[in-house]
Amino acid sequence: MALSLSITRRGLFALIAACSLFVATGVRAEDPYITVASTTSTEQSGLFSHLLPQFTKARGIQVRVVALGTGQALDLARRGDADVVFVHDKAAEQKFLDEGYVVQRHDVMYNDFVLIGPKDDPAKIAGSKDILEALRKIKDSRAAFVSRGDKSGTHAAELRYWKAAGVDLDAAKGPWYRDTGSGMGPALNTAAATGAYILADRGTWLSFKNRRDLHIVVEGDKRLFNQYGVMLVNPAKHPYVKKDAGQAFIDWMISPTGQQVIADYKIDGQQLFFPNAEKP
Amino acid sequence: MPEITQALIAAADLVASGDSKLLAIIVLSLRVSLGAVFIAALIGLPLGAALAVGRFAGQLPLTVVLNAFMGLPPVVVGLFVYLLLSRAGPLGPLGLLFTPAAMVIAQVVLITPIIAALSRQIVADAWHDYAEQLKSLGAGLTQSIRTLLWDTRFSLVTVLLAGLGRALAEVGAVMIVGGNIDGVTRVMTTTIALETSKGDLPLALALGFILIGLVLALNTGAFLIRQTAQRRHG
Amino acid sequence: MAEPRRLLPLQMSEVSYRINGRTLIDRIDLSIRTGTRTVILGPNGAGKSVLMRLAHGLLEPTGGQIRWNVPEARPREQAMVFQRPVMLRRSARANIEYALKLAGVPAGQRAERAMAALARVGLETIAHNPARVLSGGEQQRLALARAWALEPQVLFLDEPTASLDPGAAREVEAIIDAIHAAGTKIVMSTHNLGQARRLADEILYLQAGRIEESTAAAEFFRQPRSAHAAAFIEGELPWR
Repeated sequence: MALSLSITRRGLFALIAACSLFVATGVRAEDPYITVASTTSTEQSGLFSHLLPQFTKARGIQVRVVALGTGQALDLARRGDADVVFVHDKAAEQKFLDEGYVVQRHDVMYNDFVLIGPKDDPAKIAGSKDILEALRKIKDSRAAFVSRGDKSGTHAAELRYWKAAGVDLDAAKGPWYRDTGSGMGPALNTAAATGAYILADRGTWLSFKNRRDLHIVVEGDKRLFNQYGVMLVNPAKHPYVKKDAGQAFIDWMISPTGQQVIADYKIDGQQLFFPNAEKP
Repeated sequence: MPEITQALIAAADLVASGDSKLLAIIVLSLRVSLGAVFIAALIGLPLGAALAVGRFAGQLPLTVVLNAFMGLPPVVVGLFVYLLLSRAGPLGPLGLLFTPAAMVIAQVVLITPIIAALSRQIVADAWHDYAEQLKSLGAGLTQSIRTLLWDTRFSLVTVLLAGLGRALAEVGAVMIVGGNIDGVTRVMTTTIALETSKGDLPLALALGFILIGLVLALNTGAFLIRQTAQRRHG
Repeated sequence: MAEPRRLLPLQMSEVSYRINGRTLIDRIDLSIRTGTRTVILGPNGAGKSVLMRLAHGLLEPTGGQIRWNVPEARPREQAMVFQRPVMLRRSARANIEYALKLAGVPAGQRAERAMAALARVGLETIAHNPARVLSGGEQQRLALARAWALEPQVLFLDEPTASLDPGAAREVEAIIDAIHAAGTKIVMSTHNLGQARRLADEILYLQAGRIEESTAAAEFFRQPRSAHAAAFIEGELPWR
């Protein structure tokens, strides 16, 4: 019985020691890595899991991706919490560059936005090639529309299209316009559950599984072009920025090798992103 | 509800396949949350016991605050710790943001109040019985606290499990300070959130079942140990 | 080795204890001397437990003074056993070692002293059993062993057999006698007249927070001077 008692106390210490060891094994010398603030569309479409291992193999640098909306990704860079920003809102990116938070911007690739809608198509817009006309019809018919509402690149694009379509959203907003304040995936889940229209990037749409009766209603309008850019966070503002490793990532992305890797990424035979970096 | 059946099958498949990526995620979840419980216990148990035994200024407000903080919203804790650890924040130079250490810190903030408040209650009950005897034997405050914590150890296991359960289940805080980076800070709950947003609901639910199963297994184990130990030690 | 300092006599002068507007102990003057077994007798609520806690130092008097024969307010060389002993969640021996540790006994001597104390109360065979699963009588004997191991000059016992069956109570009484015989001053409260007759050398009769009588035991039982005490004896032994 003496044994059993001391075992309890010894057992406790053994348990604590085992736990500490288990927890501490995570703490080890790190491989060199950079942090990339990017968007949910690039992460969730599976592009990064295709692309990053090839970069790491080529340059020996790990890439840690924090996937957020474009607005949040830029915020992260503004605070110096990322080394590289890889997003898709050219106007916001240009402003960010002008403010000096990043040092240079490169076009990397594009894909396009698609307008998704339910099969019964209450606004009667399926097959249209005019995104602005489609949006006007949605507004006129008060058909349910789900907005990201999260200051992401897709949200910014959506707002631009409403404006171009001559729709004053503030005046036209009603119960039909559902501002969800969520990422692309959750917003698509909402649209699928409620049979609403929604603007999505093609990459996320292709990899999205919970479609129910949603399908593409408008695509192919030139204005639906969606440009991705990459930028190095300004080391002069944030001394912790891994300048060389970050620059190596950018250089590789816009190099012929990186561009080819992007072009090679396909889901069900469909190419998701089209490289368009300027020749260096 | 075909999705639920589907998810159960998917969960069983995932577990059976022994997928190394899933295993890594589970291990990281446990590592982060056990680490957080360990540190939170080092702070919370003595704090709770001191609140139960001591008589000092600010004791009542502190107790009320701790009780209220048992329900801290994880997202708020995540945001708070994010601002602390951000490169632009006061602890920025440590470079801890988006690491498992950051997730541990956030969870420590989240569960220390739970462990302190619940252990305070348990120790206070024991103190009610022990106070005269310990004082008679000449035990001071720190000695009394140590004795009470050791003597209530079986009940305190339940407290630690409550903390562990909360840590394993929360997503708001680890998502913000960990960034859900694949292979680095992706844990079970953030994976579930990610798969949900990718619209893969059966996979998300399957992961949820695995998480619940894990918590259930930990609790069962602790319960059995506690039962046996208590029967033996009274 | 130097002669140990002497704790007794314990002097109480004008000691009162009031709480929540009630007077539990009312201006008591008392001197507790070495050598005898003092039994505090009285009905429930008379203040027996409070008086012992005041003497032991668990309570602070709200009036008057308590003075030992040494400078400290609460000297170490005294111990107390409660009606319901509190056993720590560890082995019987570890319970005693715990008390020895708090009393400043060096680690190397504790095991031996604890075992000796257990042997004196006949518990050496269950030294390694968890204290909490012992019977009520065994727990009380362990509590006595724990107090005795400290080798106190004064041992306070608050109704030590009130929760026990007659057999266990006899065993406890025997141990109390042995502790007394080994040279420790015994101060015990009880409301059990039979026990008081068996153990007491002198009686303090307490009623409503006042000491009504302080007499040698034989004299008290032959002819109590106070009417309350007489009534108490009558009430407790109705067949007499």
